[in-house]
Amino acid sequence: MALPSTTEIIEDLEFFDDWEDRYKYLIDLGDEMPKMDPKLHTRERLVKGCQSNVWIDVQVAGNKLCFAVDSDAIIVRGLLALVMAAFNNKSATDILAFDIQAYFQRLELEQHISPTRGNGLRAIVARIQNIATASHLV
Amino acid sequence: MAFDVQQIRQQFPILSRTVHNKPLVYLDNAATTQKPQVVIDAIVDYYSNYNSNVHRGAHQLADEATRKYEDARDTLASFINANSRNEVIWTSGTTESINIVTHGMAQKLRTGDEVIVTQMEHHANFVTWQQACKASGATLLIAPINDAGELITEEFIKLINANTRLVSIPHASNALGTLNPIKQLISEVKRLTADQALVMIDGAQGIAHSEVDVQQLNCDFYAFSSHKFYGPTGLGVLWGKESLLADWPVWQTGGEMISEVSYQDAKWNTLPYRLEAGTPNIAAVIGFAAAINWFKQLDIKALLEHENALLTQATQMAEDFSGLRIIGSASAKVPVLSFVMDRGHPADIGFILDRQGVAIRTGHHCAEPLMDRLSVPGTARASFALYNTSDDVEQLFVALKKVKMMLA
Ligand SMILES: Cc1ncc(COP(=O)(O)O)c(C=O)c1O
Repeated sequence: MALPSTTEIIEDLEFFDDWEDRYKYLIDLGDEMPKMDPKLHTRERLVKGCQSNVWIDVQVAGNKLCFAVDSDAIIVRGLLALVMAAFNNKSATDILAFDIQAYFQRLELEQHISPTRGNGLRAIVARIQNIATASHLV
Repeated sequence: MAFDVQQIRQQFPILSRTVHNKPLVYLDNAATTQKPQVVIDAIVDYYSNYNSNVHRGAHQLADEATRKYEDARDTLASFINANSRNEVIWTSGTTESINIVTHGMAQKLRTGDEVIVTQMEHHANFVTWQQACKASGATLLIAPINDAGELITEEFIKLINANTRLVSIPHASNALGTLNPIKQLISEVKRLTADQALVMIDGAQGIAHSEVDVQQLNCDFYAFSSHKFYGPTGLGVLWGKESLLADWPVWQTGGEMISEVSYQDAKWNTLPYRLEAGTPNIAAVIGFAAAINWFKQLDIKALLEHENALLTQATQMAEDFSGLRIIGSASAKVPVLSFVMDRGHPADIGFILDRQGVAIRTGHHCAEPLMDRLSVPGTARASFALYNTSDDVEQLFVALKKVKMMLA
């Protein structure tokens, strides 16, 4: 299924005025995001957080980077869906041009990519940006 | 003297704040406790009125700071019933306290020597010994626990023999709450090794929830942190028997720990200074003494009963809550309730509780091998302190109902 775009996500989340609806929305997104094949849950793909684990896999298709991501926590999966909307199937240039901090601030979820949260989300964002930078250089 | 929890709460300014527009329900006390006003005041008073380096200055402020700082050592020594003030070493926390002992032992251990820890260690009391054994060629033995999270005494005893050099056990487990019968375990180690093996206690989770008398315990080292005991962060204590500390390998060099130095060599100061390098955390030491003096005037038996009643209430409610499983059901526990839920990763539980003002800890609690042993990815952990109330416990379960509803 197609996950919503960043613009749709911003609109959707602005519509909710209490935290419960916002979190339910994240949980739904987490449910809808395609599952990663458990065989891909390898040590190399693991980004270890102190509260939950996150896995990431990357494939190159033409000039686009295609990611598969997963987490053992459903709300983290929802947050990953937000990150995927921004980065998945995008060129390295687009990925590096995207202001993820501003996007999470807009969504009022910036605490989730702050260094205090050991949920691996921040590390995933850094990993994606590094992959984009590296692919840019070749 | 009765224990009036409402009167206690008023002394902790942070407890009246809100989080996400909800009253704060602070249940992350095993990570760090909040601080009473008297502790905050002591720190402010130090910086406002007599801030100075200790032991060095030739002036009034240095005298005042040094006196308060050394008085604090007496306060601590008497609180844990140390034989002498020389046995109280200020460190940066439990982790550094353990590292001083491990670092020294690594120099004494030889191939064939054995060190024993348990399956319930915090990484601070595990990785330290793992690495010391690797470096020295000694063998690290790990005493098993049962499914309730209790040390299996018979198995522990089987590990002790003539090669045992040191045994390090936690007073209580931070992840499960298990309160170990340390007095009995220490005496077994001493008896079975004819007093040859040393015993270290990681007291990080024990000191706030039991009455510690190091002479009565008869261990060799006891380590704890100020910040888990109503005092400031950045400070810990290593208590050790004077006969051992007097020539224990120095840990860091520089500052007050040196007595004589030339371009060729240096001589070390006497206890307690020889294990305290550099300018200490003076404000925290003074704040910690204020915390101890405050704690001492409470009815300690009554407050321990109060904490235990909170644990009993929380355990009862957890058992009645379908879809929730308690992790760690030892018969003796400090007030820690660790659990998992059928639906909901611990991180999800933590996020949803946070939005309701309930602060808990989630994850592996710096005890990854223990999580593997119990076959859980991590747990959600509510941990109580003397200022928590029966209503806090109720609020926890109201918030957990919401978790269940949202993740259904
Ligand atoms: C059992 C145990 N040991 C050691 C430590 C380390 O304490 P600190 O981080 O204060 O050095 C902790 C802290 O969580 C603990 O719970």
